[in-house]
Amino acid sequence: MQFQTDRNRVQGLGSAKEGVGHWWTTRITSVALVPLTLLFIFPFVNTLGGGYEAVFDTYGHPLNAIIAILFIGVSAHHLMQGVQVVIEDYVPNKGIRTGALLANTLICWALGLTGVFAIAKIAFTA
Amino acid sequence: MADVNRGNRPLSPHLTIYRPQINSMMSILHRITGVGMSLAFFLIVWWLLAASTGEEYFDTANWVLTSWIGILILVGSCFALWYHFCNGIRHLIWDTGRGLEIEQVKKSGVVTFGIAGFLTLLTIVVAVRGA
Repeated sequence: MQFQTDRNRVQGLGSAKEGVGHWWTTRITSVALVPLTLLFIFPFVNTLGGGYEAVFDTYGHPLNAIIAILFIGVSAHHLMQGVQVVIEDYVPNKGIRTGALLANTLICWALGLTGVFAIAKIAFTA
Repeated sequence: MADVNRGNRPLSPHLTIYRPQINSMMSILHRITGVGMSLAFFLIVWWLLAASTGEEYFDTANWVLTSWIGILILVGSCFALWYHFCNGIRHLIWDTGRGLEIEQVKKSGVVTFGIAGFLTLLTIVVAVRGA
């Protein structure tokens, strides 16, 4: 039998901060990625072995470019959230964990935005 | 909640003595494939950036992606993608409260591997035809 109240047991442990926001955003991005993956992958692998011209042929088309931009952007966010949960689960040291979470956020945003920029530039110069 | 004794109870599951089962293995494989795809994601963004920069840089990136190690990473990531895709849909169905009986979980697990394998082969066929 413990005589501590619930309030007393959790005091000083920090707040949960955000409720189900993270979980729900992961679901939204995963639902979005179902059609986006199907629409992105097949034109992409079809282009992959075709050389420089084939890239501009595929992503010069607005529909392919828009799908690719949405896929890269949403994937980057989904990847960021997934890796964040893995880091939080498996890295117990607070300093290393904070550093890893920081690196994860920065790298995923950089990758996502770089991909979006690259596709846009290909689309506009094709 | 006030009398719950936290801290003295045995922790479960004991991963080292736990018999591997399809549901637990598929759960960890979902994480492994998810994290593993970050390498292919990086390579694809680099390949697109190279294409937007110019033909010479593109040839370098394209050479890396179509080298034997690049193809190995891409084919592995292709299965990882379709596995994560199918198992993700399985998770979304579970989120609605459906299919959570053990027998249903085992059955949907086998179906997940089947569809993921089929989509992987289909993707490779499309890639080879385009090359």
